[in-house]
Amino acid sequence: MLKAVEINNITVKYPDVKALDNVSFVVNKGDFLGIIGPNGAGKSTLFDCMLGLNTKYKGTIKFFDQNIKKSKNYLKKLGYVPQKPIFEKNFPVTVTDVVRMGLKKESDENKIDEILQQLWIHELRDRRIGELSGGQQQRVFIAKALVNNPKILILDEPVTGIDQQSIDLFYSILRELNSKQKITIIWSSHDLDAVNQLANHVACLNRTLFFHGESEKFFSDDKLVKQYSEASMQEHMHHH
Amino acid sequence: MSLEILTFSFMHRALISGIAIAILCSVVGLFLVLRRYSLFGDAIAHSSFGGIALGLLAGVYPLWTAYGVSIASALIITKIKDRYNISGDASIAVLLSSGIAVGLVIIGLSGGFTIDIFSFLFGSILLVSVDDTILILALTGVILIVILILFRPILYSTFNEEQAKVSGVPVEKINYLIIFMAGITVVTSIQLVGVLLISALFVIPNVTAIMYGKGFKQTAIISMSFSIFSVVIGILISYIFDITPAGTIVLISIGLLAGTMGIKSSGLLSKN
Ligand SMILES: Nc1ncnc2c1ncn2[C@@H]1O[C@H](COP(=O)(O)OP(=O)(O)O)[C@@H](O)[C@H]1O
Ligand SMILES: [Mg+2]
Repeated sequence: MLKAVEINNITVKYPDVKALDNVSFVVNKGDFLGIIGPNGAGKSTLFDCMLGLNTKYKGTIKFFDQNIKKSKNYLKKLGYVPQKPIFEKNFPVTVTDVVRMGLKKESDENKIDEILQQLWIHELRDRRIGELSGGQQQRVFIAKALVNNPKILILDEPVTGIDQQSIDLFYSILRELNSKQKITIIWSSHDLDAVNQLANHVACLNRTLFFHGESEKFFSDDKLVKQYSEASMQEHMHHH
Repeated sequence: MSLEILTFSFMHRALISGIAIAILCSVVGLFLVLRRYSLFGDAIAHSSFGGIALGLLAGVYPLWTAYGVSIASALIITKIKDRYNISGDASIAVLLSSGIAVGLVIIGLSGGFTIDIFSFLFGSILLVSVDDTILILALTGVILIVILILFRPILYSTFNEEQAKVSGVPVEKINYLIIFMAGITVVTSIQLVGVLLISALFVIPNVTAIMYGKGFKQTAIISMSFSIFSVVIGILISYIFDITPAGTIVLISIGLLAGTMGIKSSGLLSKN
């Protein structure tokens, strides 16, 4: 199988905590990987490293067999949907304006309409981004991530604070992107059920990598799931 | 009176350079406002005061030293801000006060205020020469072309720095470019409204235009239109009634802002 991403012995130390400790795994082309882990497990930190936003890590990260510290070219083949897209509420951009930002060439303008239709937000195209609901905004940011035809889509807890109906639509879109368009998806979540339903691979992260493999293997092993849940619960209590 | 003023060549120069500056300030200012950098124009303008004083002392054309000092200090303060994690508003305060301080000390050394200082403080649009007008038009053209060429990365990094980085936009370079262009714009505009009212041109038309709830390009066009309107009407009225152009221009743009707020709260400007 062809490797899309290779994470090799990644360690990240912040002044107060070790956010990631010697994490290694491989994502193959076409995989739908769910990264699960409680708050503070290091999911966003790992994504920051993969996206080149954090370069202070030990270990190596390769995309398409290229070390990302050597070349930023891989970013062109990548779509990213952040955990919480931050922008000024009255920032004067429409849905179309936002999606256009993801476009690499001006000539691909009609890709915008196409992708807006695909994500059921075409009728919102001239509305300001700040006027939309959380679920609608999320779809706009997915459209922006997809408009450039990425090979890999990275989503950091994309459904935080979004209504159930939008979440269901969102998940069916992800499933289609992976099965029909063969886009490799790397997606972090703390919703075990959703990961069970959608992903074909799972990585359990809690500073260290606790499990990585096919999701069936994980979810059919009650002991593993229980171990994971207990570890997350403990983490949860630490934080409250 | 009446239409006769439109035949004076100094009035032609004033209107042409005024319109160019109006367009320039509204476009560059829109990015500054959206980056929560509204007062940066003010800070650069104050640091240019130091540059002007330096020019007067050294016997060099003060605008040239103003360009040099303003752009250099704006870039330096941005570097220091990033390096030492100083907040945006605090770095603006540092830039602003150090410019004035340097200016005052130099003026002291040179033996007091001269009449030139006042035209730089409050603008002297009716006195712009042919050379000034050409320079203003050339700089406006260059900056607008740069913004058009780099429109997507500039807008993207203004909207969300992190996402722009992930899309491969060289965010730091774009930030410095914007600071650099803001420096040129401010010093160029000093001739119109002077050091003290510069941020009005950067901020007021943009704050007004943003209220209309439109997309980016339309917002920029609305802002430019308001800016041009304020400058043209301001210059004409101030000449007819013999009052200061800078103050008149700014008051007109404040009038447009107040009018927009009025329309908005009356519900006429409802959203889609
Ligand atoms: N920029 C940072 N500086 C210091 N500590 C950080 C920073 N970002 C994250 N952390 C810490 O690293 C740990 C992992 O955080 P994060 O990667 O955000 O976890 P997750 O996304 O799984 O919730 C947490 O303990 C968090 O407080
Ligand atoms: Mg996170």
